[in-house]
Amino acid sequence: MAKVLMKGNEAMALAAIKGGCDAFFGYPITPQNEIPEYLSYHMEKNDRVFVQAESEVAAINMVYGAGGAGARVLTSSSSPGIALKQEGISYLAGSEVPCVIINVMRGGPGLGGIQPAQSDYNQITRGGGNGDYRVLSFAPENLQEAVNIIKESFSLADYYRNPVMIAVDGLLGQMMEPIDLDEAPDFGPAKEKPWAADGSSGKRGSRNKIVSLHLDPYKLEEHNLNLKKKYDEMVDKEQRYETVEIDDAEIVFVAYGSMARIARSAVDTLRKEGVKVGMIRPISLWPFPQNAFEKLPKSVHTLLTLEMSLGQMHQDVRIVNNGRYKLDFYGRTGGVVPEPEEIVERVHKLLNKEDQS
Amino acid sequence: MIDERVIVAGFGGQGVMLMGQILSYAATQEDLNTAWIPSYGPETRGGTANCSVVISKARINSPVVSEPDTLIVLNQPSLDKFEKKLKKGGKLLVNKALVDTEKIRDDVELYAVDCNKIALDIGNLKVANMVMLGAYIAMTDMFEKEAIFAVFDQIFTGAKSKLIDMNKQALEAGIKAIEA
Amino acid sequence: MKTETVYKPTHGLTDRDLSYCPGCTHGIIHKLVGEVLVEKGLLDEAVGVASVGCSVLSYEFFNCDMHQAAHGRAPAVATGIKRVRPEHAVFTYQGDGDLASIGLSEVVHAAHRGENITVIFVNNAIYGMTGGQMAPTTLIDQKTTTSPLGRKKEGAGEPIRISEMLATIPGAAYLERVSVHDPKHIRKAKKAIEKAFDAQMNKQGFTLVEFISTCPINWGMNPKDSIDWSVEHMIPYYPLGVFKDKTKGDSDD
Repeated sequence: MAKVLMKGNEAMALAAIKGGCDAFFGYPITPQNEIPEYLSYHMEKNDRVFVQAESEVAAINMVYGAGGAGARVLTSSSSPGIALKQEGISYLAGSEVPCVIINVMRGGPGLGGIQPAQSDYNQITRGGGNGDYRVLSFAPENLQEAVNIIKESFSLADYYRNPVMIAVDGLLGQMMEPIDLDEAPDFGPAKEKPWAADGSSGKRGSRNKIVSLHLDPYKLEEHNLNLKKKYDEMVDKEQRYETVEIDDAEIVFVAYGSMARIARSAVDTLRKEGVKVGMIRPISLWPFPQNAFEKLPKSVHTLLTLEMSLGQMHQDVRIVNNGRYKLDFYGRTGGVVPEPEEIVERVHKLLNKEDQS
Repeated sequence: MIDERVIVAGFGGQGVMLMGQILSYAATQEDLNTAWIPSYGPETRGGTANCSVVISKARINSPVVSEPDTLIVLNQPSLDKFEKKLKKGGKLLVNKALVDTEKIRDDVELYAVDCNKIALDIGNLKVANMVMLGAYIAMTDMFEKEAIFAVFDQIFTGAKSKLIDMNKQALEAGIKAIEA
Repeated sequence: MKTETVYKPTHGLTDRDLSYCPGCTHGIIHKLVGEVLVEKGLLDEAVGVASVGCSVLSYEFFNCDMHQAAHGRAPAVATGIKRVRPEHAVFTYQGDGDLASIGLSEVVHAAHRGENITVIFVNNAIYGMTGGQMAPTTLIDQKTTTSPLGRKKEGAGEPIRISEMLATIPGAAYLERVSVHDPKHIRKAKKAIEKAFDAQMNKQGFTLVEFISTCPINWGMNPKDSIDWSVEHMIPYYPLGVFKDKTKGDSDD
């Protein structure tokens, strides 16, 4: 199919429809407003459900109800709105209700700003909800990848019975790029959901309950251990990443999303100068793609983490690195999108330091 | 090889977002890679609005335009904001009606078009942006005018289709302003 | 001797022992809701939403598919369910802390959207499960563990009358406040639940039945005295009656 030029938020919304999304519940917040705007029209035209909720809190709980009743459900928001949704995300994970959440990140903390940022890595990968739970999360770097992952995410959510978060930043949400909506395969309709509390206890002959409450600590521990098995499976099967020019690299960038695109430009510039740099680009934020760090060539001596934050993913790089390589970090935050030249300069500084030592 | 980075800037309401989008639509039609990025939020409400466009045969890495090859400005505040970013030897297209061309850097290729007057002669100040778009494609040879016409057909549909003729006229007038 | 069954528990409830304190009226209210679901033929396709508070375990008691919601969020959860399963009876079961305090926004907006759901709202003027703290519905001068000197208008404001407030909302189709302090009122309460579910299934809009209830443990009274206290003190402030009835063409929009 020919490529079409679409705005990021609209492309992601359309990808959700293509992925079989039955219902959307959301609340306006910049810079993701084009998602509910687009869906308010197109969900109705496709005989699906669209509700503008009274708050992010209500929206995520509507997701909980509709997802628990067996529907494929989407919500979208941006950083402070995702903070409000954390309670609901914890319930969704605890009750094993699938859903897809698109998070178009902006600067923080608090009301912060509305420009692109990646300062919610901890919020996404650790979660602000209570309890031992995990959210499968992916951070595409361009709209084609975002569209492909969103289409797939509904089946992943169904398979794991877990929330899946698509984490992009305002840059990806607001920009336009040509996309092929059918590049990713059709992942098929939702499979049977015999667990859903969808109002068919009569037909089924038994009651279904969507519940996260387990008052007996032994039962709750058992529930947690069962959830962990699922999370372990995600760690095994869902680590996704791309490596760029690492075969002979000495310095390896670690960057995701928009920052990875900017880092690619820096890789090009530095390679032309003869500096051997490469990149690991995490696509899954949780599980963090630790496998990528196991296969690095002997030439590598430094990992340089690049983020539009003050070093949140860098903590995971530190854990995975476990003392093997020298580490460095460069980031901009608050909605400032760095230029490739800043990264190039950082590498020059690194190299100068080495010369002196 | 095509690798063009453009910033388009002006007042909110001058249609700079649409100008940039049309370039990206045209690039998409020709199977080029492209990225369009708007400024967004309160600053675009009546203040200065701008967008950047990257068009390239190669994969687009950083979509952020820090050093444009071409800068199109429709008002003075936009010139003040972006002039220093334009690369040495880059092309600068300004709206002569609203921009003071006296003090502009001399290491760039300057094109000054009175798009306001041309648009008013055609009959509507609102098509000043399309005059500038015509001037841009004539300056850079990025696209044939037919490619832009095809985009008009794609985006001005329904009630907006009556705007096509006037926009075509404006585009052609812009081309003529450069070629003359 | 020939025996005849003259009464048996409703199939609308499971066989689980209720977790409520002796003398509390939750049991009666559960029974009425269960009976109505069975008698109207709705049970097999119904979905209920339990809230947080004393009725947190109600998902174990209603004999149909059930969701358990976070504190106050039951009307939002019910909205999600109803929107994707519009032909099914959907109800929430909420106390006064859950609905009138932390969940006020959710219930007001569900009513405003005219969601076709039924809210069973149990008002006993106190937080029961957490140990008898002041609720938005606690009466003036009523002593609780967070108003040990009695609720004062200054600072705590006056008790919220939910049914009266919701009656101002066009999307509300049926609103009635009932009590279960004697058999006559219990029969009346059941009729109110029937009407609410009828209005829901006829897609007339949001429905809510408010129950004046008791809390013998946290009120520090025996069950009989607590029933009397609810009649003497609560009903005068929370008058019984129908506050909205679109089933009779009583429409304000």
